[in-house]
Amino acid sequence: MEEAVSLELTPDEAARITREQRETKAAKSKYLLEVKNLSTHFFTPDGVVRAVDDVSFELGYGETLGLVGESGCGKSVTALSLTRLVPNPPGKIVAGSVVFDGVDLLKLSDEGMRKLRGKEIGFIFQDPLTSLNPTLTIGYQIAEAIRQHMGLSKKASYDRVVELLAKVGIPRARDRLNDYPHQFSGGMRQRVMIAIALSCDPKLILADEPTTALDVTIQAQILELISVLSDEFGTAVLMITHDLGIAAGMCDRVNVMYAGRIVETGSVDVIFERPRMPYAWGLLDSLPRLDDVRSDRLRTIEGLPPLLINVPDACRFNPRCAYARDACRDHEPELTPREEPGHYARCWATDKGGWIP
Amino acid sequence: MTAATERPAAGTDGKNGANLVEVQNLKVYFPIRAGIFKTIQGTVKAVDDITFEVRRGETLGLVGESGCGKSTTGRAMIRLREPTEGTVTFDGTELTTLKSGPLRRLRRRMQIIFQDPYGSLDPRMTVGSIISEPLETHRLAKGPAKQERVAELLKMVGLDPSYVNRYPHEFSGGQRQRIGVARALAVEPEFIVCDEPISALDVSIQAQVLNLLTDLRDRLGLTYLFIAHDLSVVKHISDRVAVMYLGKIVEIGPPDTIYAAPGHPYTRALLSAVPVPDPQRERRRRRVILTGDVPSPANPPSGCRFHTRCWLYEKLGKPENCRTIDPPLREIATDQKAACHYAEDCVKSDVGVAHIDDRPVRHGTPEGALRFAHKSTAELIGEIPEGDIDQALIPSIEEVPAAADDGGDNGSKPN
Repeated sequence: MEEAVSLELTPDEAARITREQRETKAAKSKYLLEVKNLSTHFFTPDGVVRAVDDVSFELGYGETLGLVGESGCGKSVTALSLTRLVPNPPGKIVAGSVVFDGVDLLKLSDEGMRKLRGKEIGFIFQDPLTSLNPTLTIGYQIAEAIRQHMGLSKKASYDRVVELLAKVGIPRARDRLNDYPHQFSGGMRQRVMIAIALSCDPKLILADEPTTALDVTIQAQILELISVLSDEFGTAVLMITHDLGIAAGMCDRVNVMYAGRIVETGSVDVIFERPRMPYAWGLLDSLPRLDDVRSDRLRTIEGLPPLLINVPDACRFNPRCAYARDACRDHEPELTPREEPGHYARCWATDKGGWIP
Repeated sequence: MTAATERPAAGTDGKNGANLVEVQNLKVYFPIRAGIFKTIQGTVKAVDDITFEVRRGETLGLVGESGCGKSTTGRAMIRLREPTEGTVTFDGTELTTLKSGPLRRLRRRMQIIFQDPYGSLDPRMTVGSIISEPLETHRLAKGPAKQERVAELLKMVGLDPSYVNRYPHEFSGGQRQRIGVARALAVEPEFIVCDEPISALDVSIQAQVLNLLTDLRDRLGLTYLFIAHDLSVVKHISDRVAVMYLGKIVEIGPPDTIYAAPGHPYTRALLSAVPVPDPQRERRRRRVILTGDVPSPANPPSGCRFHTRCWLYEKLGKPENCRTIDPPLREIATDQKAACHYAEDCVKSDVGVAHIDDRPVRHGTPEGALRFAHKSTAELIGEIPEGDIDQALIPSIEEVPAAADDGGDNGSKPN
């Protein structure tokens, strides 16, 4: 869909439009990122997988937003869609808009998008070993982004690399410029990834399970680093995680995703203390928690998440929900507002006129 | 939430409490070979002189970061790894010198559940043959008796017995892990090493498998060594917890003391590192963030191995004995041992536990909602097996006494 637009524009025109769009729209919008009705489908031989289905959310300047859910719920595909990195084929963004800092990314030219990735939007992925190139030195890989996007000289870019490495807590930064990724430990590699993500002063960092591959003590270091640096640089963070503990500690607001949909959204306090969606209850109940009295049994969510092929018009959680009634099987509920401002949940049972007060 | 105390703790009834597995001065070293002639250039001391015991009927949680030697310990205990030095005694029989015949016969009594439910099942074998293979190896059943036993095992782990002819790829991660559990149970073992059995699973599935393991333990009187990489999982399943760092056990004891008054600074650091799903508590807590990485086990630091990252060492003004003398594991409270020269100072601190010794607050299903569950999840999925285990598998939602339906809109009755 984006090709139709990009064919008509030269990179210069695109840049001009981008600038104009930004000047006019940024003033109006209080959000850095506005995602509206985003749908990303995968066209597979077995059918169309609706991995991300009509997802809308906003992210304010400097805010940390959590995207929480289990594997296959569409949280990573959402992040990839935002930056148009969904592998195509089989994946395709079929609908929606992603307005980043006043610019609709889905209408941007490929060239414009390339200028944005790594500059305005930084990435931290789960596995630093596969996201770093094993044949290039760390110094080169960080400097690459800086030279590309900021037009600094080789010397100046390397000075900035040293500064960044020191900032992310890599000791003897200047000596380690010529080291290769395999010479770093997992935690150190993730620090290098953070240095790359921050290298061009991005407005937004997409952190996709940034600490899942790391040990708990290293995880604590990396999370601390992300939160300190994002405060310092005023960077907004979209934190994608399956770990509710990380979301509780890092995020200002949280979106809970299930089966390609956002099922609940609200401030971190509301989501963790007064959730209004049985899936969120189930997730919180099933966690073996450190801050809980010892108990032999955990409450569980029985069953498995649904396949996202031929999704019926019903609440996607209903087969696993202890509170489901016929209404849940007949129609899918909308995200409706709840008591606190900004708190929305997708559930018939807890909505007005529902059967759970 | 059933309180853990309702289950008779290990040692309260006659046959429980004696040591089932005793590990004495166990060392497992791996040679580092390098150069054209693959000469030995050094050794990785994966497990370096550890002594502990697993009591019959108990679950011992073994916790540590990657590379600390916890999996190697688990495997050496059932002799899947040859120990370099030291002894492992299983129910009075010394394992390390046992010949292959008697060892194979003894292996029937000890089994392992692996972390990776994808790598640990042969993709070309059906579920039936995966589960019946140990029965054949140990000549426990054949013919119709074998089929019957396989069906029984599948039911026991909450899978439909009609799945026998399916292949592992047809199952989800959680179901595969159940197959792994069924395979381990096939030979009616007494002791099972659970090597991070839920780490690869999703949150909602983790609880299912954890509950299954708890139910089976209580029902079959199993003894577990439960290996995990963080302290939150083992808190709920373990009768005792051992913490490992760089090939050594640094602390061992019952969860009540390990989680409330840890005597080793590393245990406190681990507790402090686990994120807690409670935003207010997360904001309040003071973290000790360990600096640096775990040192290489090929070249561990002198003296106490933890001193290079230890916050207590810094706080006490870098005492010399931490750098020179390796602290032995010593008793600091009833049944609690810690390997720290300054364990007494450590116990007094509130580092790492400040956020958990509060009154427990558990957000989740609101009490109001529990009354409205009109249908049990067991009914909904219909895959819960027959027999006495099904009682155990029905979620505790049903245990909440039914209250009057205060005017639900479609009139269906609560249970």
